[in-house]
Amino acid sequence: MKLDSKIPAGRLEEKWENYRSKCKLVSPANKRRIDVIVVGSGLAGASAAATLGELGYNVKCFCFQDSPRRAHSIAAQGGINAAKNYQNDGDSIYRLFYDTLKGGDYRSREANVHRLAEASVQIIDQCVAQGVPFAREYGGLLANRSFGGVQVSRTFYARGQTGQQLLLGAYSALSRQIASGSVKMYNRHEMLDVVLIDGKARGIIARNLITGELERHGAHAVVLATGGYSNVFFLSTNAMGSNVTAAWKVHRKGAFFANPCFTQIHPTCIPVTGGYQSKLTLMSESLRNDGRVWVPKKKEDRLKPPHQIPEEDRDYYLERMYPAFGNLVPRDIASRAAKVVCDEGRGVVKSGYAVYLDFSDAIKRLGKSVIASRYGNLFDMYQRIADDNPYETPMKIFPAVHYTMGGLWVDYDLSTNIPGLYAIGEANFSDHGANRLGASALMQGLADGYFVLPVTIAQFLADEIRTPPINTEHEAFKEAESQVGQQLDRLLNIKGNKSVDDYHMALGKIMWDKCGMARNKQGLIQARKEIQALRNEFWQNVYVPGTQNEFNPELEKAGRVADYLELGELMVIDALNREESCGGHFREEFTDNGEALRDDENFNFVSAWEFTGTGNDPILNKEALVYENIKPSTRSYK
Amino acid sequence: MKFTLKVWRQKNAKDTGQFETYNISEVENEMSFLEMMDVLNQQLIKEKKDPVAFDHDCREGICGMCSMVINGHPHGHQKATTTCQLHMRSFKDGDTIVIEPWRAKAFPILRDLAVDRSALDNIIQAGGYVSVNTGSAPEANAVPVPQDMAEKAMDAAECIGCGACVAACKNSSAMLFLSAKVSHLALLPQGQPERKKRVISMMKAHDEAGFGSCTNTGACEAYCPKGISITNIARLNREFLSAALTSEYEL
Ligand SMILES: Cc1cc2nc3c(=O)[nH]c(=O)nc-3n(C[C@H](O)[C@H](O)[C@H](O)COP(=O)(O)OP(=O)(O)OC[C@H]3O[C@@H](n4cnc5c(N)ncnc54)[C@H](O)[C@@H]3O)c2cc1C
Ligand code: SF4
Ligand code: FES
Repeated sequence: MKLDSKIPAGRLEEKWENYRSKCKLVSPANKRRIDVIVVGSGLAGASAAATLGELGYNVKCFCFQDSPRRAHSIAAQGGINAAKNYQNDGDSIYRLFYDTLKGGDYRSREANVHRLAEASVQIIDQCVAQGVPFAREYGGLLANRSFGGVQVSRTFYARGQTGQQLLLGAYSALSRQIASGSVKMYNRHEMLDVVLIDGKARGIIARNLITGELERHGAHAVVLATGGYSNVFFLSTNAMGSNVTAAWKVHRKGAFFANPCFTQIHPTCIPVTGGYQSKLTLMSESLRNDGRVWVPKKKEDRLKPPHQIPEEDRDYYLERMYPAFGNLVPRDIASRAAKVVCDEGRGVVKSGYAVYLDFSDAIKRLGKSVIASRYGNLFDMYQRIADDNPYETPMKIFPAVHYTMGGLWVDYDLSTNIPGLYAIGEANFSDHGANRLGASALMQGLADGYFVLPVTIAQFLADEIRTPPINTEHEAFKEAESQVGQQLDRLLNIKGNKSVDDYHMALGKIMWDKCGMARNKQGLIQARKEIQALRNEFWQNVYVPGTQNEFNPELEKAGRVADYLELGELMVIDALNREESCGGHFREEFTDNGEALRDDENFNFVSAWEFTGTGNDPILNKEALVYENIKPSTRSYK
Repeated sequence: MKFTLKVWRQKNAKDTGQFETYNISEVENEMSFLEMMDVLNQQLIKEKKDPVAFDHDCREGICGMCSMVINGHPHGHQKATTTCQLHMRSFKDGDTIVIEPWRAKAFPILRDLAVDRSALDNIIQAGGYVSVNTGSAPEANAVPVPQDMAEKAMDAAECIGCGACVAACKNSSAMLFLSAKVSHLALLPQGQPERKKRVISMMKAHDEAGFGSCTNTGACEAYCPKGISITNIARLNREFLSAALTSEYEL
């Protein structure tokens, strides 16, 4: 199938402006008659639902937590980028666009990324007006910090809780619309399928997680803002409930899944300590502003107390390998470098998988109180988990799965290839290419939700003003509901011998070992077989306690793991197919002096996969990436 | 480490509920409290029994989802710590640990340790926002905010909406939660236009949701995992009084 990305004509800087000036609109009177479902209440979902409500649409918003304020976005720590150039250090919309595209290793669309950079400026205005308490300078103006992969200071932050404050801003806007009646909120509801009528998305089947009842919800259009799928690896920095289910169900119904193998491994997380571990904790990238990463030069020093290792025996390997960016290289590069030094046997914990992040120089230079004011809550968090004081001993850190650049394929309108079905935030594949720069996911989620989707969705809805409210007695709803019910029954009736977690952990291990920080053909072929076998076993031997019609968290988990067992296979297929190294996708066969070797001649495209049945080979649709303004070059941070 | 756990089990809102006792071994020092609960649940699943339902998500102390009363203390005995950030190293091997849900009239129990906290959302919906539509905001640096004000607003804005303050209060009052939101917005210039209306309608929603009134025992502050200060309640009372005296809004 030919994929049309619908990028508007015209000069890069004018595309979005022209689009907005000429696009279709829906009149206020008609908006009242149009229903829109937004699944998800994270930054993307809450901002979209609130804005659509303000515009006058009838919105239904869903989340699986007990309140929209608890979406996983709440956990984002470090900050949000915007091209305000408040620091007068040469920043501009173009530079943010360029950095993001380059950071993504030239695997994203120019037009989308430029629009993102344009919207970034408005996001900060909006959030400040909502009362988001960003950090400020003495003079009362907004403060900034630096993040990896860039040479300007453009990251806005609220201590180490930027995601929390931005989400509470969006949640407050959403709450206002809920109070006004334009948005109806469904907490503790999980979308388990999309309903298509005549090829258009017309509603969802959701399970009320308190009573277990299945509900039908109709709408003229459906927006997925359901976040990323990092938990396919079992251990990740994502919240426990983060899942791919909504995205996977629509993929099964025909929506293309793009670049699934593009996953981000974040360099600074607290290392794994034991087999019982349920999740990994991120230590914000902002720490690399003042922390220096090192391991001992000599293997035999690796378990020595760090203060006994003299300067000359330390290897500040990022500063050595990448003098221009030093400790602030992009995440994929920092993670891989940590893997290399640990593979050489220089890792600083027993398991061999950790490096130091050392603040002693910064504390000497700036004083403990400055460091505490910048990172106090992160240091506290570290101390609580690791039982060690980072003001005195260097932190021990190691890379962990953190973010997924891949996701549902969308065009410039953020529409999937199913008419009426949109995907925003981390759930879509759009703007980060093969590697996301720090502080740009919050930016993208809010750009999509506040400023892009509310405009672009009108292109579809303008032609729907004569469509009456969607009738949920339609056959398509009945069928979807009965299929969802059957799958739940099936899961409950296997009554096997292993728990859902047993399978989730086994899948995670396959993914981490063979489709993680480094990948190769043989491993990936093996991984596909192992995942298929694991999936078969799951459907014969999993034990899910309880019944369907009750509050049953194990049943929720089982459904999510069932979908991960399918997604994992697609990720492996995608990784196998992409015979190049780019961004977070590192194929050991395609390297140049240890650095990723991109192949623009053969792989300068988006892989958009089409579902053909569980375990079958999916169909690959390619969207060629066209660069009119920037010439892709080898990324160099040296 | 080994523990004896006495856990509140309740099938649904209508069930009366009771404690069940479980013995658990193979707990490690580094485990978080919820990882210990995972071990218990895996054990129950292997025995084909119903695992214990509890709320949790981020496991980083920020989403506000986890909510257990541990040996009588909301979020456990450790100061400024959520349940998910409590570690087993702070318990003694062989201890008996009693685990209960938040208990408050406004928080009905859904199952075992999970309760319904939508009453907190209702309070926010009553006015915990600035009425600014998307796209209508002025340039962000147009209004400077004194740094100390921004810091104070942030101190209050750190509330994670967990409801431990309610669970800790003998009157089941949510005044600490409410005061945190009112203070956050009252301290910022952006919050001024709706300042009076906000405090009056949020206070009303608080009372209507079935939360009790505040008698200044300070238990909320002691158990708040984010160190939200009780001085916010004093500010809330001042805000409310001055709004009530000077405003045309009905009480
Ligand atoms: C620890 C951590 C720190 C981070 N720090 C930063 C940072 O400093 N800067 C930055 O830019 N990015 C950061 N990120 C990334 C960023 O937080 C996320 O990419 C972003 O918040 C995703 O937002 P979202 O709205 O797309 O999805 P989410 O916030 O994940 O929201 C998903 C929503 O969908 C709902 N949902 C999901 N599935 C279903 C279903 N089937 N039915 C119903 N509802 C469903 C959930 O309930 C939730 O409301 C961080 C990520 C992590 C893990
Ligand atoms: S004030 Fe503290 S205890 Fe109360 S909801 Fe907020 S964070 Fe929880
Ligand atoms: S699980 Fe999120 S705060 Fe404890």
